[in-house]
Amino acid sequence: MKRSRVTSTVIVYGVLLVTVVVAAIITASRGRNFFSTGNLDNILTATTILGLIAIGQTLVILVGSLDLSVPYVVSLASVVGGGIMAGQAGGIVPALLVTLLVCGAIGAVNGAIVAGLHVHGFIATLGTGLVLSGYLGSTYQGSSGLAAYQWRLLDATRIGPVPMAFLLMLGCAALAVLVLRRTRLGHHLYAVGGNKEVARMSGLRTAVPVMVAHTTCSMLSGLAGLVLLARLGVGQPTVGSQGGYDLMSIAAVVLGGTLLAGGKGNIAGTLAGVAIFAVLDNAMGVMELNPFLKDVVRGVVIVVAVAVYARRELDRRPARFDRPGAGQASPHPPPGAAKPTGPTGPAGTTDKTLEASR
Amino acid sequence: MRRVTSPADSTLAAEHEPTHGPVLRVRGVTKSFNGNVVLHDADLDLHPGQVLGLVGENGAGKSTLMKVLAGVHPPTAGTVELDGRPVTFSHPVQAQKAGVSTVFQEFNLLGERTVAENVWLGREPRRRGLVDVAAMVRDTTALLEDLGVQGLDATRRVRSLSVAEQQIVEIAKATSLDARVIQMDEPTAALADHEVALLYSIIRTLTARGVAIVYVSHRLKEIFDLCDVVTVLKDGAQVATEPIGDLDEARLVRLMVGRTLDAFFPDPVPGTAPGEPRLELRGAGNGYVDGVDLTLRAGEIVGVAGLQGSGRTELLEAVFGVTPLTRGEMTLAGRKVRPRTPRQAVRAGLALITEDRKATGLALNQSILDNTLGVVRAVFPRRTGAARRDVGGLLSTLAVSARALSQEVRLLSGGNQQKVVLARWLATDPTVVLMDEPTRGVDVGAKYSIYEVMRRLAADGKAVLMVSSELPEVIGMSDRILVMRDGRLAGELPPSSSEEDVLALAAGVHSREAGTGAAS
Repeated sequence: MKRSRVTSTVIVYGVLLVTVVVAAIITASRGRNFFSTGNLDNILTATTILGLIAIGQTLVILVGSLDLSVPYVVSLASVVGGGIMAGQAGGIVPALLVTLLVCGAIGAVNGAIVAGLHVHGFIATLGTGLVLSGYLGSTYQGSSGLAAYQWRLLDATRIGPVPMAFLLMLGCAALAVLVLRRTRLGHHLYAVGGNKEVARMSGLRTAVPVMVAHTTCSMLSGLAGLVLLARLGVGQPTVGSQGGYDLMSIAAVVLGGTLLAGGKGNIAGTLAGVAIFAVLDNAMGVMELNPFLKDVVRGVVIVVAVAVYARRELDRRPARFDRPGAGQASPHPPPGAAKPTGPTGPAGTTDKTLEASR
Repeated sequence: MRRVTSPADSTLAAEHEPTHGPVLRVRGVTKSFNGNVVLHDADLDLHPGQVLGLVGENGAGKSTLMKVLAGVHPPTAGTVELDGRPVTFSHPVQAQKAGVSTVFQEFNLLGERTVAENVWLGREPRRRGLVDVAAMVRDTTALLEDLGVQGLDATRRVRSLSVAEQQIVEIAKATSLDARVIQMDEPTAALADHEVALLYSIIRTLTARGVAIVYVSHRLKEIFDLCDVVTVLKDGAQVATEPIGDLDEARLVRLMVGRTLDAFFPDPVPGTAPGEPRLELRGAGNGYVDGVDLTLRAGEIVGVAGLQGSGRTELLEAVFGVTPLTRGEMTLAGRKVRPRTPRQAVRAGLALITEDRKATGLALNQSILDNTLGVVRAVFPRRTGAARRDVGGLLSTLAVSARALSQEVRLLSGGNQQKVVLARWLATDPTVVLMDEPTRGVDVGAKYSIYEVMRRLAADGKAVLMVSSELPEVIGMSDRILVMRDGRLAGELPPSSSEEDVLALAAGVHSREAGTGAAS
């Protein structure tokens, strides 16, 4: 018996490979080297921020929710972190602690609204996002706060072509993979997202994974904001919304093969999804494409990818009759049946294993 | 085929039953919903290694009893004892932990997770704080081998499994919880013959280990193949509990039905007679039904009976283009057609009243008017004006009671909702009306008026094909009764048939072929 082992993750990485090859050819046709250290650096830098956020978004989507508040959490983290740091090396640790705590609290509120008040994540985080957006707009005019020099090194230091911040993102991804695959919490996250009722009937406390996913997502968004602070040197109250991280992170997650309804997907796919967007952007940058055309390309990629997955997910009740007359369900044709239907001997299939019968 | 007469039929089972009494003792269990008693004073004794058959018609209370024991519904009155200790379950997990697991028809499985992950959900084995995936797979494989199942990979995703394999996963989950009582609700409804044989052998493995089984099935053959004791329920009351040896098929069927049919069904409108053929199928089939031959004439009401999973609904869906026919011929009012979508079917003059009005029959939060005109507007927009003028008349002939046409359908009673479904389809003026469980979940008064509507449709020269799981309804309303079994028409019976006749044909009681019992 053969069973297709082509998972959506394999497809995503295939698409990523194709994207890279196409981008390399395009870049080469402009007389440039796609694989030059500088260009790779650009791409890795581009994946860092969206990568961090998309890891969190993956958890939230897996558990069956959504987080639209991420851009405002990113902005908030950058101004709060910058404010506490105030350019001083001694301010780094308190800035990190306070910022991540604040962001975690926002995530906990999101989770509590979703799990406790049964408001869908879309609406819950739309609401908290608007609240944050209003707070940011009324409290901060223009950039605010200053990154310490040592903190700026996070984004400036490189090991070969690999920025430190990118390694930080990979570390977070590895941690998320470990949680999802090897902890009960991770398993229960899939369970609640897959079918809340089944999870409940299996004795799970369904609120816990929802709370954890939302809290983690907000903290990762906060971390992304702090990396942006390192990159820009100053905190900016609009840096998150300018990045469009809410929809882009959801798009990357879905492009990575995670089911928008939850219960199925993984971090590896999400990273590939983020990378595909980064490579596409890079190639389009080389081609000096009109920025609006870039959005058209991104849009087409998202829709085509999800359409491909949807085709694969199509499934129906298993058919009782595979082919005309091949009556596997009933070895005895009814009296007066119009046509003979397959072998009519005694049911001699009893010794077969299940596998053999499929 | 094995027929057992003594409760403890195997020596192995006897070993597990040294001195004490039943593992499960039920006394006077009663369940009522909103004062409506659906199960009255049930008593059961289940010994280790025993298979108890629970039989009865639809609505007899089998599922309720099962759900009480599973911890889904707490009983209104009565006691349940496990190993002599009284227990009360308020959640299925409590019942499972105490040793009572239930395999429902709707499986409690996560399609996107593996077999092992499903078996151990909520109890994942850990080593040094992390889930021990290898141990999980190993333990699951051992569980499956213990059940005598080979070739079911514990790392496969449940969604890719057949129904039979998913059922095995549920059973494996139950054994992993050290269940001493496993309840199975119609476990063979969706299984092919060789899969039934495997289930038989699994059940025997379990009983040999001292696990007691509560087996709910309509299929009498299975009851006689497997069960040691049979409890018959009827209208919520326990009619009999007898060792299988004291029963034969005829007697069992009599115990199950044996209800006096009150004069409940309206007579046909005088002058109604079968006319021209309206719907004809010749060798029609698709993935779910096969070799269907039938002729439905104007003025006829033809009933379709069959067990759950026999393909009744699938037959209607095939005709209506939901899951289109892939072979054979279909003729509608003399014209060869083969609808590939419901829209084509409606245009050809078909109507389908689906079995679940809330899911597929109505837009619940829209008005009566919008619901009534829904199909006409979508398929015959030019007739909308005329249909709009007729809505009042149509609804009053159907005796829909509502405050206003603008009232939302979800606020109506079940009976009135069902009448709106009828109105929605009758507004399209169909030639053939397909009805799936037309009186499910409606009160007695509404039932009668729906029956009257069916009689009037016949008198108007429409052809009605009605699927129903309620035998009295099939017998009381049909001019002819078609019986389905395993996706095929098993035969046709006259309206004078008894419930026993229909049930026997549907269950395949009189067939003598080497069938599912050849497992061991």
